Amino acid sequence: MTTIVTDNCKNCRFTDCVSVCPVACFHYDDEMLYIDPEVCIDCSACIPECPVQAIYEDDDIPEDQEHWIEINAEKAAALPVIEEQMEPLPGAEERKTELGF
Amino acid sequence: MDNLGTDNNPLLVAIVGSGPSGFYAAEALIKSDVKIKVDVIERLPSPYGLVRSGVAPDHQKLKQAINLYKKIADTPDFNLIANVTVGEDISVAELRKTHHAVIFTCGAETDRKLGISGEELKGSHTATEFVGWYNGHPDYRELEFDLSHDIAVIIGQGNVAADVSRILSKTVDELRHTDIAQHALDVLAESKLKEIHVIGRRGPAQAKFTPKELREFGELSDCNPIVQEQDLVLNDESKKELEEKSNITNKKIYDLFANFSKRELDSNKSKKCFFSFLLGPKEITGNISIEKLILEKNELSGEAFKQSAKGINETIEMDAGILFRSIGYRGVPISDVPFHEGWGTIPNEKGRVTDTDGVIVEQLYTGGWIKRGPSGIIGTNRACSVETVRCLLEDLDKLNIETKKSGAEGIYSILNNKNIRHISFDDWTKIDTEEVKHGEPKGKPREKYTYVNEMLSVIN
Repeated sequence: MTTIVTDNCKNCRFTDCVSVCPVACFHYDDEMLYIDPEVCIDCSACIPECPVQAIYEDDDIPEDQEHWIEINAEKAAALPVIEEQMEPLPGAEERKTELGF
Repeated sequence: MDNLGTDNNPLLVAIVGSGPSGFYAAEALIKSDVKIKVDVIERLPSPYGLVRSGVAPDHQKLKQAINLYKKIADTPDFNLIANVTVGEDISVAELRKTHHAVIFTCGAETDRKLGISGEELKGSHTATEFVGWYNGHPDYRELEFDLSHDIAVIIGQGNVAADVSRILSKTVDELRHTDIAQHALDVLAESKLKEIHVIGRRGPAQAKFTPKELREFGELSDCNPIVQEQDLVLNDESKKELEEKSNITNKKIYDLFANFSKRELDSNKSKKCFFSFLLGPKEITGNISIEKLILEKNELSGEAFKQSAKGINETIEMDAGILFRSIGYRGVPISDVPFHEGWGTIPNEKGRVTDTDGVIVEQLYTGGWIKRGPSGIIGTNRACSVETVRCLLEDLDKLNIETKKSGAEGIYSILNNKNIRHISFDDWTKIDTEEVKHGEPKGKPREKYTYVNEMLSVIN
């Protein structure tokens, strides 16, 4: 069981999820966030926080997003932790509209 | 005197309650650029609040939040003063003298009542009691739950209701290797329950479970989850709610109910867990013990996302051998701290405690369930406590006073004068180590001490 950040986060990076993570398991790069499966406790607090519904549990993840399970694990291991909410990326609101939210 | 919040004059903060919101408040204070000393005061000898005694034993991964709390406790500016009850062993007035600020993160320790006749009959319990009991909380150690009946009813459809009904639906083998208290496992092993009914006052589109928890009911080794197909018919407003893209959580929950309703009954499984909707408890009947529950059928009215349930004067009757109510929680008032009777919380503005007229009470702050009411899960408390600490740090100038505060030393001297035994985080670590050791031969992550005296004797 693990929780995964997927496609929709790319170029949004709203980071609302970060402020409710009880264990600081989110990591970030210039594009998006990733969850460290070794640290995440699967509490699912972050899932309803995401304005673009980018976060899934693995037994609920759409098939075309499954590759993100591996990407999250790999990227999180190499990237810095994000512990506090940041400003969304420029253009995040437009991207959100584009995604239909 | 040096400015408050510097090396020679650190900001001294007392935090009342060592559950998640207390730890997140401590973390936010310690991580700030102000020099801080935090004293966390805990009523029990054991820290971690509901992560230890609320989170269900079969959800061990959630309890790993404790790894983070241990890291916070390891920082030099953190100090635990456990086995001390604020309002009894030490007063809030005393804490205001020893510390610059006090944060109340003491949770919501009692249940809301149904307010119906028969509620006090034997066999009618609160979910809190049952949860505290199976999790080995000393307050609930001596309670008895009679599971020799066929039918258990749980009133409420939130996360705690899900925990209670799942624990009742599981086999002992599904629980044996968790940290469930041994006394609970022994009673559950003798359970004769065949039916567990989980009753909601609103519809399947409004249930407050998390999808993850509901999904677990589909994976039980000896219990069929049951939803009647006709119960899934929605009114127009509920349909609108589920069509709303942002309401994905309720959509997932509804889909799970739909999945349960289409499942074929597995006749090899001996128990059934029914999810029923649009029913409000009216009366519990029985002589000494509960026998029957009278429910009134409800309908929803109002616009989408604001629908409320109203009785339609049509009742049904069901047998019930044991009943648990899980319809919300209330905080317990602390003397000298304002309390909102209606909400069961400490009145506040973003965490700054106010009196009941909304006037800010200096030095006092609050976080977690006692601040905002019993909603959200572990992580929700992090954002909540961070907001409180932000306010506290904005008030630094107001908290600055000329006289020196005595901090932890002041608390210790008050407690020692009254001969009150207080224990440290190191003491707790000894208890923790023993618990883990006692769990090992049984293949459990730990066997909890369930009496305060037992815990204290480990340190002697």
